[in-house]
Amino acid sequence: MMVGDCAKIMYEVKEVKLYGTWGSTYTAVVQNALKLKEVKYKYVQEDLENKSEELLRINPVHKQVPVLVVDGRPIAESLVILEYVDEMWKSPPIMPEDPYERAMVRFWADFIYKKVAPCSYTILFTVGEALEKAIEEFTRNLATLEEGIGKDFANAGKPFIHGAKPGLLDIIMGSSSGGIRLLADLTGKELIDKDKVPLVYSSVHSFESLPIAKETQVPYEQLLSRVLAKREKAFATEQP
Amino acid sequence: MAETAKLLGTKGSPYSHRAEVALRLKEANFEFLHEDLAHKSDMLLRYNPIHKKIPVLVHGEKSIVESLIVVEYVDEAFDGYAILPSDPYERAMARFWARYIDEKVIPAFWMSCWTDGEMQKGFIAQAKETLTTLEGQLKGKKFFGGDSIGFVDLAAGMVAFWFGILQEVAGINLLNEEDYPVLCRWADDYCSIEPVKESLLDRKLLVAHFASKKEKIFATKAPVYD
Repeated sequence: MMVGDCAKIMYEVKEVKLYGTWGSTYTAVVQNALKLKEVKYKYVQEDLENKSEELLRINPVHKQVPVLVVDGRPIAESLVILEYVDEMWKSPPIMPEDPYERAMVRFWADFIYKKVAPCSYTILFTVGEALEKAIEEFTRNLATLEEGIGKDFANAGKPFIHGAKPGLLDIIMGSSSGGIRLLADLTGKELIDKDKVPLVYSSVHSFESLPIAKETQVPYEQLLSRVLAKREKAFATEQP
Repeated sequence: MAETAKLLGTKGSPYSHRAEVALRLKEANFEFLHEDLAHKSDMLLRYNPIHKKIPVLVHGEKSIVESLIVVEYVDEAFDGYAILPSDPYERAMARFWARYIDEKVIPAFWMSCWTDGEMQKGFIAQAKETLTTLEGQLKGKKFFGGDSIGFVDLAAGMVAFWFGILQEVAGINLLNEEDYPVLCRWADDYCSIEPVKESLLDRKLLVAHFASKKEKIFATKAPVYD
């Protein structure tokens, strides 16, 4: 196993490129992880409605962003990228050292991606009964997340899930802050309620206040108008 | 931790299989507690209240769930055999392909077995594509992990042993030597590894099990692994 100087980086790399797309939470997740670790990288903006040859070459399996390309070698899937980034650039760590704690982080990251995130997407693009159902499910899953964090992370809420410093789960939650604001504006409800889900709330708000997060965030008004346009298109194509 | 671990699982489940093989590769002390999924034990519901699924690894007073998370935990918590490689890029590739198996290979194959008509044709086309992509990852190696089995091989255990059984029960012929010679050769090699062999049920028993549940699975599309 190769170890870098001062355990700051596993081994030297020459070029780091991140392929992402504007307004994407998954892209923001990777950007924030790289910035937290002060990794110098080049950002390549992809238009997902007009995918580049390059993107199709580096992610032929999923043809999606984000993709991290390190010295010409691509890595796709944001959670896979995050663990890679943590293993390559060790400081500051975003995963705990203890195997059990690491398993807890992976469990809740998986839960957020598979249970919380899909509902939020549904909320943005449905109305009526489907919307009500999606909000219920989202609220239920968020409550489960809150309870789980409280049980599994001794230092949650101080102010991050991972404690005094942000970790992988905070990066995921904090990078979603634009999306979370959209949910509130479009439903008229504070779905991430300070009193109902204080640990989640603390993570999101503490993370989004970090200078690196502010750099990564896209202008909210632009995000909102893009989502509104997408909604109009989605509703217009529905059969009456 | 020198304490004996407990693995709550079933022999019929490919997900339980991943966890069991991981523990066997590490020569860990563990007790296999067979779950009756129709009557879930108090222990299962206590240690996995959110998903209520197997496998569950109980180590000390701690419980770990979700098969790939269990495998990573076993790799990190127990000494000995290296299930994941040590290089960060290779680890990322292993994690990527394990996810691909869970999110693309298995669902396409499963749905190919338990649908019909146009829908089935669509799933079969998807399944063929994902199997081709997966086979491509063997690229001249004996196993996905190289000379010895690793994370991706464990993730693909369902492909190695269960796919042949499922397709036989479903009456389709997707994974065969003619179309996937490299993958089939890998499947035989994987199933011959001692720790893997020890964890697999007799093939005839598993065929009978799925055959008996065929109608139910066709109706619900839900797996029935015990």
